[in-house]
Amino acid sequence: MDALKLCLQQHCPTCQIEEGEQLSIIIRKEDVLSIADLLKTHHDFKMDMLLDLCVVDYLHYGLSEWDIQNATEHGYGRAQAEPMGSSSTWNGPRFVVVCHLLSLVNKIRLRLKVYLDDSLVMPSLVNIWPSSNWYEREAYDLFGIRFENHPDLRRILTDYGFIGFPFRKDFPLVGHVEMRYDGLSEKCIYEPVSIENRVGVPKVIREDHRYINTEIES
Amino acid sequence: MSHDSHYTINFGPQHPAAHGVLRLILEMKGETVIDIVPHIGLLHRATEKLAESKPYIQSIGYMDRLCYVSMMCNEHAYVMAIEKMLGLEVPIRAEYIRVMFSEITRILNHLIWLAAHGLDLGAMSIFLYCFREREDLLDMYEAVSGARMHATYFRPGGVKQDLPLSMPQYKKSSWKTDAQLAKLNAARSGSLLDFIEDFTTRFPSCVDQYETLLTDNRVWKQRTVGIGVIDADRAKALGFTGHMLRSTGVAWDLRKVQPYSVYDQLDFDVPLGKNGDCYDRYLQRIHEMRQSNRIIQQCISWLRENPGPVLADDVKVVPPTRVDMKDDMEALIHHFKLYSEGLILPKGEVYSSVEHPKGEFGIYMVSDGANKPYRMKVRAAGWPHLSAIKELCQGHMLADVVTILSSMDIVLGEIDR
Repeated sequence: MDALKLCLQQHCPTCQIEEGEQLSIIIRKEDVLSIADLLKTHHDFKMDMLLDLCVVDYLHYGLSEWDIQNATEHGYGRAQAEPMGSSSTWNGPRFVVVCHLLSLVNKIRLRLKVYLDDSLVMPSLVNIWPSSNWYEREAYDLFGIRFENHPDLRRILTDYGFIGFPFRKDFPLVGHVEMRYDGLSEKCIYEPVSIENRVGVPKVIREDHRYINTEIES
Repeated sequence: MSHDSHYTINFGPQHPAAHGVLRLILEMKGETVIDIVPHIGLLHRATEKLAESKPYIQSIGYMDRLCYVSMMCNEHAYVMAIEKMLGLEVPIRAEYIRVMFSEITRILNHLIWLAAHGLDLGAMSIFLYCFREREDLLDMYEAVSGARMHATYFRPGGVKQDLPLSMPQYKKSSWKTDAQLAKLNAARSGSLLDFIEDFTTRFPSCVDQYETLLTDNRVWKQRTVGIGVIDADRAKALGFTGHMLRSTGVAWDLRKVQPYSVYDQLDFDVPLGKNGDCYDRYLQRIHEMRQSNRIIQQCISWLRENPGPVLADDVKVVPPTRVDMKDDMEALIHHFKLYSEGLILPKGEVYSSVEHPKGEFGIYMVSDGANKPYRMKVRAAGWPHLSAIKELCQGHMLADVVTILSSMDIVLGEIDR
């Protein structure tokens, strides 16, 4: 891992390196294509495979549904469907595209993180790793990230004619519409959802002694 | 090219050879495939979003339902992700049990694949033979977890319980003679390990049976040799893993190259293909079943000699025993906290992957220090394979689409998530 880190520092000095169970590099979207090309072709990396591409929406990062810090003042509050906190503890941009790369030659793995700006556009990696084709379609479908020069950026997992980006954190778990077959009009119709979101176990963030300064290290 | 002679066919979503709810729109010229547009997502259940709304332990059951023919392998990747985040050490006995059941799952998966592949190509009898052995494997699942398919057996820190010392037996009924009953119960008189051992001794001859039916069968070879060929470079570029990659001759099996659990302690071979066609992928799976059988045998002999705990000793992750809860206040509190709030992972992110029967199955998890994952992404093994269907099928006949689709071993439960 150290050798890989040195290579990275040498070849892409602009990127930020994060150590964890696996090395990650954080790059800006302007550098995506040049760094991806370098990672694929340079003999120190030879990242010949893009295993996965996904998006993380950091809108609610660090927010909990059950405030335990002020619990003694107000008594235990009931679980709420919407997060109670107002500002997330995340300092970066809202959307981050995460790619998992693998080198079959050097037997190394690398995580590539692209921080997106508000335009939510990033260059497509299809010409470098063809496997990213469907992953990018998925990212577009679920999060609304647009990939420039993608050959066929259509929705992939959601229903025909679906509206919205369901995996964003501000999209409710129960959705907005439900579908049923209407016997009177003899067709399928969409209606606003009749169910309410119910939180079984609220999300709790504890800052005990157990979890302070326990960022994972390898 | 003039499009006058082209026509389109709608294949699926309700088609027995579509392996689930897959819809393909085929553009044909005569009987030759010109273009394929796959429509997926008909089984999309937003598993990842559901997992983000639930405590960690409640999502193990969702893993079973991703690729619903290799249940415990999915669980393995998921619990390994949690353990990596916590830095939790799993008892060695639990690791052996996990490996044994992962390999049982691999045989389970390959059997149902072989059955369905045979059926797709018009070989009916292989289906019945495969399901005969599958029955015993599902009995093993049932004995150890209570469920025949959706086991939820692997838990963070180990496995739910140790292997049972007795097997359930068939009861006397008016439908079975005493002789039939005795035959059915013959292997079930001892422990689960005895039952599995009995299976492993007879399984190689069962695989021989399948091979007699298919391997040198002229029709089988005509339908599979040289169909859906892909070369190694293209397979890598398209993100293929597992059989799809190994059939092209690339030696890449995570159990060997990046060993997890106790795979580095076990002796087994990884069969490789040469031509990258459907026939090679068939041969590989057949050989892999034999290798899995070897791994199971080694696990059985290890497990017989090495008793021990099957869950880690960590009160914040593993529930206390019922006995402890009777007279230990702290155990009761831990139990209450664990089942009301769940376990809490430190901030961070992790990617854990296993060699799933279909390829590399990975879980990417981001935690913000809560009792639920902040983001979870499932890297489905079949996803990149299916995305290349157009490339593999172009220029082939309509009937070959079914062969190629089936030789990829896709399960839509995993692809659509």
